Amino acid sequence: MGLSQTFSKILTNLFHKKTSRIGIYGPPNAGKTTLANRIAKEWSTGVEGTVSEIPHETRRALRAENITITGGNGRSITIDIVDTPGVTTKIDYNEFIEYGIARDEAIDRAREATEGVAEAMHWLREDIDGVIYMMDATADPFAQVNIMMVGIIESRHLPVVIAANKTDLPDASPQRIKTAFPQHPVVPISSLTGTKVEDLYEEMIRAFR
Amino acid sequence: MQGVQIDLISAERLSKMPSMEKIRLILDKVRDGTIVILESGLSPDEQSSLIEMTMQEILPDGFSGIEIETYPSKQKSGGMLSRLVRGENDFRRLTVIGPANQLRMIRRDRDFISAWISSR
Repeated sequence: MGLSQTFSKILTNLFHKKTSRIGIYGPPNAGKTTLANRIAKEWSTGVEGTVSEIPHETRRALRAENITITGGNGRSITIDIVDTPGVTTKIDYNEFIEYGIARDEAIDRAREATEGVAEAMHWLREDIDGVIYMMDATADPFAQVNIMMVGIIESRHLPVVIAANKTDLPDASPQRIKTAFPQHPVVPISSLTGTKVEDLYEEMIRAFR
Repeated sequence: MQGVQIDLISAERLSKMPSMEKIRLILDKVRDGTIVILESGLSPDEQSSLIEMTMQEILPDGFSGIEIETYPSKQKSGGMLSRLVRGENDFRRLTVIGPANQLRMIRRDRDFISAWISSR
């Protein structure tokens, strides 16, 4: 490599701002995919914002690339959103059978789910710049997976915004989540109806810039 | 006599083990139906690896994963200096790990865990 090429590469590395890769993590059924779809729908433009399945890296994580989110004061961030499978420590194919799925298909689904969770954990250690941690505001915030995942995210020194989702449901209590994790910003939202998602966007801009 | 084996592993013993050896030990015991109680728990990186390795070992009609219970980490107060002095180990808490089909959480709070253990 010539001197001019080396100099050019150094300049590029100095001034090129990498697009942050933001992972949406959380337990199963917290509403991660609903939020990811909403973000992609509301902020993506043209070809760059399409949601696509990523081959080889992980078969179930979905990524929407180059999404620019602009806040009320004109500040903005450009990020890739990675929607990950729900994190759990146990998967039994019989749970799928209970939903009326045939045994062979249930076994396949369980196998794919285990692979997806393993890959999501690997991504968190290697390839994620920030996290939106989704919690179901109608569920116990002290669920073990929440305690572990927040601890893992903190240990990686990743910026995190906690979304207290499902505020459209009568049993929702975002305050329980705020009390459980006072060290992090907690934004009550409904990713289904879109209620207060603009507050989440503002917090994302603040945390992920 | 039917029963459940419970292994309590001291913080001293855990501190001498490399992370992967620790995780391997836990998974081998839990797969055999043993309940493992760690006096000092696992680091976040070890917890992350434990989840990943657990997923890789789940089999249809066999091992279906783990149940793991611990307290939330203590609030990290006192600034960077005191954190450095105390070290990350201060934030590891007593942890109970067992087979998902044998260990059930009954109640968990910031400072209280109640679990139910059944024999296979």
